[in-house]
Amino acid sequence: MSWAGFDPFYGTSLAENLDKKLLVILRDGRKLIGILRSFDQFANVVIEDAVERIIVGEQFCDVSLGLYIIRGENVVLIGELDPAREELPSHMQRVSYKMIEEARKAEREATELKGSMRKRMEFLDLE
Amino acid sequence: MLFFSYFKELVGKEVTVELKNDLAIRGTLHSVDQYLNIKLENTRVVDQVKYPHMLSVKNCFIRGSVVRYVQLPPDGVDIEILHDATRREARGD
Repeated sequence: MSWAGFDPFYGTSLAENLDKKLLVILRDGRKLIGILRSFDQFANVVIEDAVERIIVGEQFCDVSLGLYIIRGENVVLIGELDPAREELPSHMQRVSYKMIEEARKAEREATELKGSMRKRMEFLDLE
Repeated sequence: MLFFSYFKELVGKEVTVELKNDLAIRGTLHSVDQYLNIKLENTRVVDQVKYPHMLSVKNCFIRGSVVRYVQLPPDGVDIEILHDATRREARGD
C-alpha cells in the first residue's frame, strides 16, 4: 500500500490475501465466504461471490449473496481457507434453505425454553 | 505504542487469542499493527467441534477491536523491561 503514502498497515497487511477465497466472521455470528477484492485501514472489505454459510448442528446451507462491501467495525476475523483441506468436517450434511431455517428456529426455541425454565427455578435459590 | 512494541517482540511465539465472541484461537504470532490487529499462522481453534467452519483456516487476520485476551507463553515477557517501558510511557516520554 505504499502508493497511499504512510503505510498504516505496518505488519498486518491483508494485501497477501487479495483474490483469495476467505472466511469472514462477523460480530453478529454470520460466516461469509468469498474472494477478497479490496480492503482498507479500517478492515472494510469487498468480497466477491459472497456466500453465507449457515450452520446448525450437523447441517449447513450456503446462501449466495453476490458482491458485498462489509464495514470494518463488523469484522471479527478474516481467515484464509486452505484449498488443500476440507472446509467442513465430512460428517456434516448440506441441506436446503427451508430445512436450515427450520433447524435454526428449533434451536432458538430450545434455547428460549431452557432460559425460561432457568428463570422459573431461580426463586428456589438452590446454589 | 507500548503494547504495539511489546507484541512486535512476541512475533514468532505461540499465543492463544480469545475473542469477545468466546472463540479461542491458538497460533503463531505472525504480525501486529498499531491497532493491535493480529495475524496468526498455523491456527487451530481451541474447541474445534463447536466451530466446524474454522476447520480449513490455517492463517487468519483478527481485528484488534474484537480481542478479549491474548494468552502468552510464561517466558514470553521480560518483566523488568516491561516495567521500565511502562514507567517511561507513563511519564509521557
